[in-house]
Amino acid sequence: MTRFLIRRLLSAALTLFAVSVLSFLMFFALPRDPVSGMCPKNCNPERLERVRQELGLRDPLISQYAGYMKGIVTGRDLGSAQGGRCDAPCLGWSYVSNEAVSDTIARVLPVTLSIVIPAAILWLLLGVGLGMLSALRRGSWLDRAAIGFSLTGASLQLYFVGAVLLIVFVYNLRLLPVPSYTSLFDNPVKWSSGLVLAWVALAFLFSAIYARLSRAQMLETLSEDFVRTARAKGLAKRAVYGRHALRAAITPVVTIAGLDVGGALGGTVITETTFGLNGMGRTAVDAVRAGDLPTIMATVLIAAVFVVLANVVVDLLYAVIDPRVRLG
Amino acid sequence: MGRSETVPSGEPGRPEMPGQRSGEAPYLQVTDLRVRFDTEDGVVKAVDGVSFSVERGRTLGIVGESGSGKSVTSLAILGLHNSRRATITGEISVGGRQLVGLAEEEVRRLRGRDMAMIFQDPLSALHPYFTVGRQIAEAYRVHHPKAGRREARTRAVDMLGRVGIPQPERRFEQYPHEFSGGMRQRAMIAMALINDPDLLIADEPTTALDVTVQAQILDLLADLQAEFRSAIILITHDLGVVSQVADDVLVMYGGRAVERGSVRQVLRAPQHPYTWGLLSSVPSLHGDADANLVPIAGNPPSLINLPSGCAFHPRCRYAGVNGDRSRTEVPALGAAGEAGHLVACHLPAAERERIYRDEILRTGVAR
Repeated sequence: MTRFLIRRLLSAALTLFAVSVLSFLMFFALPRDPVSGMCPKNCNPERLERVRQELGLRDPLISQYAGYMKGIVTGRDLGSAQGGRCDAPCLGWSYVSNEAVSDTIARVLPVTLSIVIPAAILWLLLGVGLGMLSALRRGSWLDRAAIGFSLTGASLQLYFVGAVLLIVFVYNLRLLPVPSYTSLFDNPVKWSSGLVLAWVALAFLFSAIYARLSRAQMLETLSEDFVRTARAKGLAKRAVYGRHALRAAITPVVTIAGLDVGGALGGTVITETTFGLNGMGRTAVDAVRAGDLPTIMATVLIAAVFVVLANVVVDLLYAVIDPRVRLG
Repeated sequence: MGRSETVPSGEPGRPEMPGQRSGEAPYLQVTDLRVRFDTEDGVVKAVDGVSFSVERGRTLGIVGESGSGKSVTSLAILGLHNSRRATITGEISVGGRQLVGLAEEEVRRLRGRDMAMIFQDPLSALHPYFTVGRQIAEAYRVHHPKAGRREARTRAVDMLGRVGIPQPERRFEQYPHEFSGGMRQRAMIAMALINDPDLLIADEPTTALDVTVQAQILDLLADLQAEFRSAIILITHDLGVVSQVADDVLVMYGGRAVERGSVRQVLRAPQHPYTWGLLSSVPSLHGDADANLVPIAGNPPSLINLPSGCAFHPRCRYAGVNGDRSRTEVPALGAAGEAGHLVACHLPAAERERIYRDEILRTGVAR
C-alpha cells in the first residue's frame, strides 16, 4: 500500500510538471504579444524593448520557466513595474487588473470552492442515493420517478434551471437574497443563503447523471455471483445490498465523481455567470477576453492541479475499496 | 466410470434403492416443483413438474444439459429466485418444513444454516473486496448473532483448516484473488459448511477447476459428508463426477425429470434414450481410445416453446417406434425394471431393453 501510494504521488508530480511546462509554453504560443497588452498606447519600439528586457522575455525559455516556478515555490522579485516583491505562491502580475495574480486567485478561488464543494456533497448524496434506491425498487413508481428526474436533469441547461430558480425564489417568493458571495468564516448564514441556489442548480443537473450511473451500476452488481452468494449465506437484504452490492457498485461512481469535482473546482463558468458570482471560471474567461496572460496561465495551472489531485484521491480511494488495485 | 459388459439385470450388489428407504423420512422432499419466468418473449417453463428426495448422508446427482432446469431447481430450493419474476409452485420440504409460500424472512433464516450452496465459479462467487476469512466468518455470524468477532474468526480458521487449506490463519486474511482456483473452491466449501447444514447443494462445483483439483474437491465433499452426514445435491453435466460421488441420479431434460434411480441403475442400465445419448457422449478411460464419441443430435429445446409430447422426441432416434405417441403425449415418470428405477418414455420396457442391449451397447459407445 505504501509503495502504491508513493508511486501514485510521483506520477502525479510528473503530470503536474508536464502541465506547468505546457501552460507556460502556452504563454508564448498564444497569438498575442504579452508586452503590447501591458502598454496599450503610445508605446514606441524602444520602450517595448525595455519592457521586454525588464520582464525577462529576452532570457532563454528555460530560465524564464525556472523563474516562474521559483516564484510559485519561494516567491520572486518582479521589478518595480510589476509591484516589486511577489511572495510565494507568485503567479506573476496582471497589468489588466493591476494586481498580483495570486491576489486575484485568493479572491475568486474561495467563491468557486464554496459553490462546488457543497454542491458536490449534495449531488453525490442525492444522485447516488436515488440511483441505488431505484435500482433496488426496479420498476416501482420511485424508479420511474427517478428515471424521469434524471432525464429532466440531463436535458436541461444550467442557465435555464438557474434562471427559473432565481425568478421563483428571489424575485417572486422573495425567500432568498440575490446570490452573492460572503466568506463562510465571516457569516455562515449569509454564505449559504447567497449560494444555495447555485448549489441546487448545479446539484440538480449533476445528480441526474449520478442517479443514472449508480442505478445502472447497482443493477449490474445485483446480478453478480457474489451477491447471490451473499444471499445464499442467509444475509438479510440490508447486508446484501448495503455491504456487498453497494461497495462494488460505488467504485465506478467514485471515478466519475473525482473527475467531475476536480474539473468543477477549476471553474464553473456557467454557474458563476448565471448567478453573478465571481469565481475561477469567470476570472478565466475574463482573462482570455482581455488577453491577461499571467491570469490565464494561473487559472489553467490551478485547474490542472485540481484535476490531477482529484485523480490521486480517486486512485487512493480505489485502493482502499478494491484490494486488487493495491497489487498493481 | 465403470464399464458394463452385460446388461445388469441380476441381483443388486448392495441395496441401492433411491428415495424412500425404511427409517427416517428424506431430509429434502421436492414434489411436483414448477418454476416459471414471465419474460417478454413468453413464459419460460424452466422446471416443469419435478419430484425427488434426498436423505441425510446421501448424494443425489442431477444431470442434464444447460437449460435442463438443474440450476433453477437448486436455486428454487434455496429460495434465491426473484419472487417478482419467478412463479414457483409445488412442494419443497426441507427437514419437514414447507418452503414454497413461506415468508422470505423465514427462508432466509434457513439459508446458510440448514441448507447451503456451493457455486460453479468460486472466483466470481466470492466478493473480490473482502478477505476470504471475513466472508466465511460472516456466514457464521449471520446465524449466530450472539457470537463475537473472535469466535467467528476461530470457527472460520478452523473450517479453512478442515477443508484442507494450509496455514489457515494466514489464509484467513487474504483476498480471493490471492487464492488459487482449487483453494477458492475449498474456501467456498468452508463457507457453505460452517453452520453444519443438513442439506448442501453443489452446483457444478468442479466445472471451473482442472482435473486433478476436481478429484480433490470431490473427495473433500465425500469426506465432509461422512463427517457431517448432510444430504448433498450435486448438479453437474459430468457423468464421471456422478459415478464417483453420487448415490442416486436424476436426469433432467427440458425442465422435466426423464429418468431417476440409483447410480448403478441409471449408469449401468439406462432406460431413457436421452440418458443413452449422455453416456455415449462421455469418453472412457478404460474403453477403446479410438471409439468415436457420439454427440446427441440437435439442440436443447426452447423452454418457452417446449416440443409437444415427450420434449426429447425431435432428437430421439426411437421416437417413431410407438407411432405418434411421443409427439402427442407427455410420458409420465413410471417404474422401469428394478424397484426405484423410474423413466419417462413411451417405449415398451422390452423394446427399451432390446435397443439398449443390441444397439447402444453393441456399437460400443455406451460404456
